[in-house]
Amino acid sequence: MALLEITDLTVSFDTPDGVVKAVNGMTLALDAGDSLAIVGESGSGKTQLAFATLGLLARNGRAGGSVRFDGQDILNLPEDKLNAIRANEIAMIFQDPMTSLNPYLRVGEQMTEVLMLHKGASRRDALTESARMLDAVRIPDAQARLGMYPHEFSGGMRQRIMIAMALLCRPRLLIADEPTTALDVTVQNQIMQLMADIQRDFGTALILITHDLAIVAGSCRRTLVMYGGRVMETGPTDDLFEAPSHPYTRGLLNAVPRLDVPQETLRTIPGDPPDLTALPSGCPFSPRCPASHDPCSSLMPPLEGFGSGRLRACHAAREAIT
Amino acid sequence: MSVYILKRLLVAIPVLLILIVFTFVLMYAAPGSPFASERGVPPAVLANLQAQYGLDQPFHMQIWRYIVALVTEFDFGPSFIYRDQDVNSLIAQGFPVTLTYGFWSFLVAVIVGGALGILAAVRHNTWLDYLAVGISIGAQVLPNFVLAPILVLTFTLWLGWLPGGGWQGGQWQFVILPVIALSTSYMASIARIARASMLEVLTSNYIRTARAKGLSARRVILRHALKPALLPVISYLGPAFVGMITGSVVIDIYFSTGGIGQFFVASALNRDYGVMMGITILLGALTIFFNLLVDVLYAWIDPKIRY
Repeated sequence: MALLEITDLTVSFDTPDGVVKAVNGMTLALDAGDSLAIVGESGSGKTQLAFATLGLLARNGRAGGSVRFDGQDILNLPEDKLNAIRANEIAMIFQDPMTSLNPYLRVGEQMTEVLMLHKGASRRDALTESARMLDAVRIPDAQARLGMYPHEFSGGMRQRIMIAMALLCRPRLLIADEPTTALDVTVQNQIMQLMADIQRDFGTALILITHDLAIVAGSCRRTLVMYGGRVMETGPTDDLFEAPSHPYTRGLLNAVPRLDVPQETLRTIPGDPPDLTALPSGCPFSPRCPASHDPCSSLMPPLEGFGSGRLRACHAAREAIT
Repeated sequence: MSVYILKRLLVAIPVLLILIVFTFVLMYAAPGSPFASERGVPPAVLANLQAQYGLDQPFHMQIWRYIVALVTEFDFGPSFIYRDQDVNSLIAQGFPVTLTYGFWSFLVAVIVGGALGILAAVRHNTWLDYLAVGISIGAQVLPNFVLAPILVLTFTLWLGWLPGGGWQGGQWQFVILPVIALSTSYMASIARIARASMLEVLTSNYIRTARAKGLSARRVILRHALKPALLPVISYLGPAFVGMITGSVVIDIYFSTGGIGQFFVASALNRDYGVMMGITILLGALTIFFNLLVDVLYAWIDPKIRY
């Protein structure tokens, strides 16, 4: 049995402008210790997918379908059961390290409360373990840093603290939501290296959410491409990068700026991200798709297997093969 | 921090001096004098009176003598109207009263207002929230000079539960109505500030982090959200406290509590220079002190502020 099984997940928000459909029937599975990158542009629903997995949707959000973690139905779990899983079994690292730590509490307090809550640790033991974990994410002079406030750290350091905090309880699943987006490129590299090391050393399953294809290639075994709250294509990362099947995946890879070929302008995918209050009944990518044709805008293509362990949802790609 | 507090206290000295000079100038610039009234005092008597109180001296000498007496002997001088009382004794008599119901009003406003606002934010868009917002809007639009007679009508004349005025050395029955009348609108303001600020804090990223840690809702609120949510309330406390002490004017008149508020109004009407100066300086000093207190409290809560 997979560690995490998401089946036909939908997430929608009631807003004054209508119902925003952020996730529209996502299905994915992740084994213990495995790693999966979820790739998509802003508004593709990847972050809401992550929030739904931890039961962290905003008040006006609703989730349908099912999210099963280790056999437990997350979406219908009462708050206290959910709290026992959060940070303890599934931990999350957020996009913006500058605002994700509480500026009014010392780093030590914010770290120890996790261990004291989930592991029943004493304050002294929790402090020792927190210092050890800060050391593991390569923060020098960890003991002294515990007494400092978040504003006394740089962005990269704060993200390291977030990672250390997420790992305190040795969770079985770590969800990293664009962990490097707010950081310098050099720091990005360090953080990604750190995440890869940690995943290996701790045996934690990892879901890496990103819009940055460059950081996916070396860090996750499998990749899932998301658009308009749906799976477009998924498969082993190397295969997917080498031979992208879905027109959207191809567009994304094509848009990555290259230094080895002279380029006048940045290549983009024409058109805008979909309006999540008025999605087409067919493929959400069809209005921007170069291969779009008759059934695409009215009929959502099913997610079909092809190659070795790959899946895609595209009429055009299927026809090209058969 | 202690260096900062000391510095602020030292800065308070010139500020108070400027306040004294300004008030003095304004008072003398206003037409009329304590004795030149419609009473038709004979010129000889008037000259005697003015000499008695030093009003015949040149203006700068008057200020100088006032400041010297104040600094060296902490003497606010005589009252120009109450024959046998000096300003020190008037303040000693009225200020404890004002401070007593001011202190309770302050406490009630902060605790009830803060709790109401935070509760409303935590139960956002439920009947509790609507009730709290309703109460606070109602209470905020009700000025204390309207609320005071309503309270007296209800609790004194109809129900007969509480005395409608007097002080009696501050027995609790006499304190309740003035405190309600004085604190209600501040309570409402604090509730609204606390609610708005808590709502904002609850949508912040670090609250989401706290929830992702599996902390109970109670712990998320009390440990992670309360401090930042209270910061705007704290910055309101300085003006609120000063407003309450000066607002005691209405309370003293309605409930005959005998605080400094009534002396303050009377002194302005009677051109009682001594009392007017004394109470102005007292309120000025209180304002300075309370703003300092608020700044210190702020730094204590927000680690980013260091002096």
